[in-house]
Formats: sequence, structure tokens, C-alpha cells
Amino acid sequence: MNKRITDAFKNGKAFIPFITCGDPSLEVTEQLVYAMEEAGADLIELGIPFSDPTAEGPVIQEANVRALNGGVTTDKIFDMVVSIRKHTQIPMVFMTYANVVFSYGCDRFLKTAAEIGMDGLILPDVPFEEKEEFDEVCKKYGLDLISLIAPTSHDRIRTIAKDAEGFVYCVSSLGVTGMRSQITTDIGAMVELVKQEKDIPCAVGFGISNPEQAKKMAAQSDGVIVGSAIVKLCGTYGERCVPYVRDYVKSMKDAILFTAKP
Amino acid sequence: MSKGRFGIHGGQYIPETLMNAVIELEEAYNHYKDDPEFNRELTELLNEYAGRPSRLYYAAHMTEDLGGAKVYLKREDLNHTGAHKINNVLGQVLLAKKMGKTRVIAETGAGQHGVATATAAALMGMECEVFMGKEDTQRQALNVYRMRLLGAKVHAVTSGTATLKDAVSETMREWTNRIADTHYVLGSVMGPHPFPTIVRDFQAVISREIKAQMLEKEGKLPDAVLACVGGGSNAIGTFYHFIDDKEVRLIGCEAAGRGVNTAETAATIATGKLGIFHGMKSYFCQDEYGQIAPVYSISAGLDYPGIGPEHAYLYDTGRAEYVPVTDEEAVEAFEYLSRTEGIIPAIESAHAVAYARKIVPQMRKDQCVVITISGRGDKDCAAIARYRGEDIHE
Repeated sequence: MNKRITDAFKNGKAFIPFITCGDPSLEVTEQLVYAMEEAGADLIELGIPFSDPTAEGPVIQEANVRALNGGVTTDKIFDMVVSIRKHTQIPMVFMTYANVVFSYGCDRFLKTAAEIGMDGLILPDVPFEEKEEFDEVCKKYGLDLISLIAPTSHDRIRTIAKDAEGFVYCVSSLGVTGMRSQITTDIGAMVELVKQEKDIPCAVGFGISNPEQAKKMAAQSDGVIVGSAIVKLCGTYGERCVPYVRDYVKSMKDAILFTAKP
Repeated sequence: MSKGRFGIHGGQYIPETLMNAVIELEEAYNHYKDDPEFNRELTELLNEYAGRPSRLYYAAHMTEDLGGAKVYLKREDLNHTGAHKINNVLGQVLLAKKMGKTRVIAETGAGQHGVATATAAALMGMECEVFMGKEDTQRQALNVYRMRLLGAKVHAVTSGTATLKDAVSETMREWTNRIADTHYVLGSVMGPHPFPTIVRDFQAVISREIKAQMLEKEGKLPDAVLACVGGGSNAIGTFYHFIDDKEVRLIGCEAAGRGVNTAETAATIATGKLGIFHGMKSYFCQDEYGQIAPVYSISAGLDYPGIGPEHAYLYDTGRAEYVPVTDEEAVEAFEYLSRTEGIIPAIESAHAVAYARKIVPQMRKDQCVVITISGRGDKDCAAIARYRGEDIHE
């Protein structure tokens, strides 16, 4: 297990923000990382944009389009991470799609990611059955390939949990990423199944946008992941988004910090 | 390595949310594919409703004009709904009904698969929603009306390039949103396992019939079979029962758009590289960072940046050949077949006719080729007229 990821869950309930690299620009993405750390983020998901993100709702789809139209590439994102790592040791994972890693060369991508100080990788289009090809290389370079479980996983949860590294990403709802008014899945039951199999942190994502939801989800898990609500701020405020995101992250971390252990 | 591989291609690269759905589908398919009652019902639908077997027509004028091998046309355009798509759709919708599903969703490019799905849903009493790129809803407005007439709801997809690949992405997204009562009727031999296998099996009726019809008419197998390839469902259907007959050339005709040396092409084998997208490992048109390329073809049905995994494998092993055909060549073939045989082919199928015009004159008179006419061309008339500078209204 990657040490920085394990440490991310030692400061009460973890708050894990997601941003799309290069939306609105890589300079702002870098400033967002510092601001979110200052506001209490425990681990940051850096999205490498993909032309056809099939697991994303409209908010993150549009951010991907904006970033790619702005000329962002995997290499430019690697350069940005090098710059970030001169200033902070906050745990960071890449979130992208299989083809971005595969086309770069799985070994070349993960070797570089490890060298520049990334801690893990999330690939929403790589389920348990296909993970070996990526997982072997992640292990070789000391990165955690994060496993996802969904409300439809049922009997698969045990199998997935047994092999999981870093933390388990619990998908809260059916459908794609995006803000939801209600989350009806029994998250507590999913988390319990994971914990029966392996002592590993569980973070809940998809659909969480306000402090009340975050508090409720954190009470049943070890942390919450928020993407669309933050990316929406980036889309709305563009170059001026940093203070808005900082305030938002602070409000979310404050809401979950003192939530009781599950 | 996961299930559903064709060499290194295929697999199940989809969100965890969908995994139990594809596992359930695989189990149901494995059960019903050998079930005599299921097969009896499907055969009856194919014969009595869709009009199978489709004709293998000897194209005497084309044969005489080209002066080489004898040309036969496999008339999938004569099926109900006007294309080969109905073969797969009747199979999948029947399967979905057996699985207790009450709603089907589908992507469509030219609209033929959407119309076929809407038709089968109307026949079998299922709710139906079709996702179609906004650009394609404009190119194929008549098919949008047909789907609505058949009771389906049509969603115009505005994301990405607003064409077939975006329609597939959006249908996948919709499936993750509502799985319990919904089956995704994938229209080509692509996507995650088990779709490439299921769709191939339902389309294999094309080559099964060609084989029997050729033996009856000529007493031998054809020397070559040709079909157009986007995702590749009519091509795999045309190839499948000849794969072990090594003397039969298998030729897939890709849409080169304005040419394989331009950015406006959809010829995946000619210009793509190995990648992972839409649930499968296969060849895709993409840039150096793996971003999927915005492809182009005059044919909405071939306007797709990938190719089914079994085709990728047949290419790797050299068993099948894949050749690019430009818009201009396809349009000329569209006009040629209309004039010489009185058959207006779909612009997709015209890609295969175009390549046949190149190779048939090089072949001997005692040889035979079969071209699959995957669909009828009525839907394309307005677009081809526009291509020729004539503005007609449907």
C-alpha cells in the first residue's frame, strides 16, 4: 500500500476533491491543489481529460472538453505535477480512462507517474476482471490502483475488496457522476461488506454536493469524494475560481471532520 | 485475462456498475442460445416477420459489365426494415424479453439499427428509447420520424462530435442509470463481452445462407465475400461461416471518407492503432495521447472510430483483408448499382460494391464473388443528391 494514501485517512474523515487538469488552465489547476490542501483536503484526485468519458455526467464531460480544447496533454500534466511536488506532499491520484494510460504505454505512464510523485490511479472503465494488466505495473512502481464498488456489485464486493489497495471507492448511486438531490443506496452495508474482507478505508463518491450529504455519507464510511460540485465552480468562475473552491472545500471538510467512526 | 477475447482484443472495459448486468446477459444468452423453444421462436420471427432467408441474386449486368468473376448480391436490403440490423435485433429483444426486461435502449448512427430496435420493441411490447447523434438526426430525419412512429422515444445526443460514437457513449451512460428493467440492444459486433459474440451469432445467418445458396447455385463456395465495415456486424455475419474455408477471401470495406491521408476519414484498420474504448480492446482512430479522433464518412452508419474485436483479430491473423473506400468511390458505386441492376444500395453497402468493381475485373470468369448489400438506399437519396449538388426535399 502506498504510504501517503494510507496517511490520507488519519486526519478524521477524509475529504477527497476531484478536479479536471487544465480546466480552466494548468496554472489554475496547480493553484487549486494548494488552495484545497490549505482548506483541508486530505487527498486530491487529478483528472486527466479524455475525449469520451463514458462514466461522467454533463458537468465533468464539459470540463474535459474545455481542457482538451485548451491544449492539455498527458505530458503537460506530468510537468505540472513536477511543479506541484516542489511545494506539497499531499497524497494525489490520477483519475482517467484506460485508453489514456494504455496509449501512452502502461509501463511508461506509471513509471513517470511514480517518478513525479503520484500515489495512485483510478480507472473507472477498468473493472476487477480487466485490472491485472494495469495493477501489475502499478505494483511495480509503488502506486495503488484504486478499486471501485457500485450499488449493483452485490456478491462482487468481497472479491473486489480482497484485492483492493489504498482505499475502496464506493460509488453511491446508479448512473454517471453528477450532483444528486438524494442518495438512497445503503452505503453502510456496502462498507461493512468491504471491512469484513479487508481492513481498508472506504470513501464514497458520485452525487455528493452539499455539507449535509457529506456528513451523512462520512458517518457510514471513511471519507467522501466530490467532483462535479467543484468542477462546476471551475466552470462558472473560470480563472477566478480558486477562492470559491477553497471556501467550498473548507465547508465540506468542516462538515465531516468530527463525524463519528462507522 | 478476462472472458470474451479474440486474440488480444475484446474484453470488458466498463464501469463496475454494469458488470453484473453483462454477467447476467452472458448467463442468459448461454442458456437460451441452445434452447430449442428460443430458437424455434427466433427462426419463426426471422422467416415470417423479417422475410428470411434473404435472396442471393446473380447480378448478370454487373458481371457482364465488369468482365471478370460472377457477381452475386446477398440481399439483406430486402429484409423487413430494410437492412441486416433486424437479424440481431429480433434475437436480442427476444432474449431481453425472456430475461424479464420491459425496456430496451439502443444507439443508432444512420438510424437503421434504431428503426430495427423500435420495430422489434413495437412487435414484442417493450418500451424503447433510442440515442442518436444530433448531427445524424439531421442527416437522417426520415429515420427519426420512423422510430417515433413505431413508438420509440428518440434522444438527440449533443456531446462530443454528436455522431455514432457519442450515441454509444450516451446509451452506455443511460444503461448505468437504469439497469434492472432495461436491456441495451447494441447494434454492432462491438462493446464489452458478450456483445461482440451475441451480435455475431445473430448475424451469422447471413453467411450460413450464402454458403447453402452458393452450393445450390454454383456447386462450390465463393472465391471472395465482401461487406462494408463500421463496427462490423454485417461483415462478420458475411464472413463467419467461411472463416475455416481458407480458400474464400474475406474482404471488409472501410469508410475512408475524403481519403486515408486526410483527417476526414473513418478507416480504422488503415489509420487507427490499438486501444481501449467502448468496453473493448481493439483498433481505434486516436491521437498520440489516446484521445479518440473525430472521424468522418459520408455514411452515418460507418462513421465510427473503432472496429469490432473479432475483426481486429481476423486482421492480425491475416485471415481477412480490410480496404479503404472513399466517399467519392462509394457514391459512384451507389449510382452504378442503381443504374446497372435497378438496386439502390445503402451508402454503407455501396462501399463494398465500390471495391468489388476494382477486383472483379482482375478475376477469372469461372470465379464468383458475393457482395452483401447490407441495406437499402432510400434513406440516402437526399444526401447523395446533395453531394452531387442537387437540393431535393424528402
